[in-house]
Amino acid sequence: MHGLSKRFGDRVAFQDVSFDIGYGEVFGFLGPNGAGKTTMVRTLGTLLSPTSGSATVAGVPLVPENGMEIRRRIAVMPESSGLYLRLSVAENLECFAGLYEAPDPTDRIDRALRAVNLADRAHDVCGTLSKGLRQRVALARALLSDPEVLFLDEPTSGLDPAVARDVHELIAALGRRGVTIFLTTHRLEEAERLCDRVAILNTTLRTIGRPDELRERLFAKTLTVKTLVPLAEPGDVFAGLPAVDGWRQGDPATYVLAASDAAVAAPAVTRALVEAGADVLSISQSHHSLEDVYLELIDQDEQGSPG
Amino acid sequence: MSVSGRRVRAIFRKELREYRRTSSIVTAMVVFPLIFLIQPLVVTLILPASTSAQLSQQHLLLYMLAIPALVPAALAAYAVVGERQQGTLEPVLTTPIRRQEFLFGKALASLVPSVGISYVVYAFFLACVELFAQQAMASALLRGPDILAQLLFTPLIAGWSIWVGIAISARSNDPRVAQQLGLLASLPSVAVTSLIAFNGIHATLGLALSLAAALTVLDTLGWRISSATLDREWLISGERYR
Repeated sequence: MHGLSKRFGDRVAFQDVSFDIGYGEVFGFLGPNGAGKTTMVRTLGTLLSPTSGSATVAGVPLVPENGMEIRRRIAVMPESSGLYLRLSVAENLECFAGLYEAPDPTDRIDRALRAVNLADRAHDVCGTLSKGLRQRVALARALLSDPEVLFLDEPTSGLDPAVARDVHELIAALGRRGVTIFLTTHRLEEAERLCDRVAILNTTLRTIGRPDELRERLFAKTLTVKTLVPLAEPGDVFAGLPAVDGWRQGDPATYVLAASDAAVAAPAVTRALVEAGADVLSISQSHHSLEDVYLELIDQDEQGSPG
Repeated sequence: MSVSGRRVRAIFRKELREYRRTSSIVTAMVVFPLIFLIQPLVVTLILPASTSAQLSQQHLLLYMLAIPALVPAALAAYAVVGERQQGTLEPVLTTPIRRQEFLFGKALASLVPSVGISYVVYAFFLACVELFAQQAMASALLRGPDILAQLLFTPLIAGWSIWVGIAISARSNDPRVAQQLGLLASLPSVAVTSLIAFNGIHATLGLALSLAAALTVLDTLGWRISSATLDREWLISGERYR
């Protein structure tokens, strides 16, 4: 997509968003509430028309006359399962198999139900199912059309950890099958675990990349050294070591070293400490999670926003 | 534009399944016909044979055309706004279904049970008249042209009520308001058929053919206009900005 924007009157849902997603990629779309994630899914799913910019979905340009062709190639699982609660699981799927004109619908429905481990619940009325099971039925519904691109809007929202893990496994399996997945989520560990790349949206696109790339881009790599007693002359110990760009003292016996390459710096630091006769308690490489990246960017936005 | 029979059938079957499992819909489908059956039945069975001459000047049977006008109105008015309220509309609109197919499936699901119920009620009424009414009364009521008009106008009037109901439903935010407006919009058809039934408007073959032609055109236009005004963006976001 290139420069895609969506406004509702004066309210900007998202603005000037550009990125590409590769075939078979599991792409995470993160952002706080109101960042425009769901509007983005609805826009790419042809439910809403973009205000400006261009996009191609499943190889088809996103223009009104291509809406039907795009919808043939994609499936969308909205945040709310949207099932017909008076109908059984099989009846819900039968309706959607008809809407997708799926060949051999009985077989498609069986396969979709097996994929979400619900083959034995086919005749249960959806209104009697738990939220987790309804989400699984909604996922089965999205699989009926064998989509090239699958949009999942907060698929594990409100699910308990065990059910969320099952959904994660399903998404991972779909990714391995080559389905391109566009996943919006609040759960950062979910994105880190499942996604090849993530984008962080807060009305505008804040960053995009592999989770490890984002960490490296946003946070300097550091080594944290802890000694039994404070070093007498830490400047002498850490000066001139390879791949160590600087250092600062944290607690009295804790030193944080900026390292351009931790694999080179750590052995050199260890040797220098031993030569200086220091009693070393630990040398550890700091690890920043995707959550740190996310919070850092959102904090930057909040500090930058007026008021 | 081609219409996919399979997609229309998918919506039609889903709707019928939902009707069957919703007691309020079943109740509404039974109550309206009963109301419009009782009055002509009482008239036929209670009035003395001497009034048959007066009845033969009227078209009492056509009074029951209120059934196909009212029964589908509430169903159709719920069709789109109801799905919207339940949150089931978004998944449907992300499938390759066309607006025309979606609405045609909905309309068909309102039409078939309404027409079916109407015909059953007519058959019941005619059977009661044949079996229990005095011969003079039966002769005054059971007239070929009236029965033919009844059969012909039932789907046409139901179709008009349905398209008006669907058009209201597609632009409403509240199912109750939509259903009330839908019923209100079907009242002119009830008024016209009642006026014809009680000779307020003199029924002629020419009038019947003109009304049938007009309703056929309106039903066709109703489908096209309702489809054209179905706006995915508004239905999903409640707003319309391009």
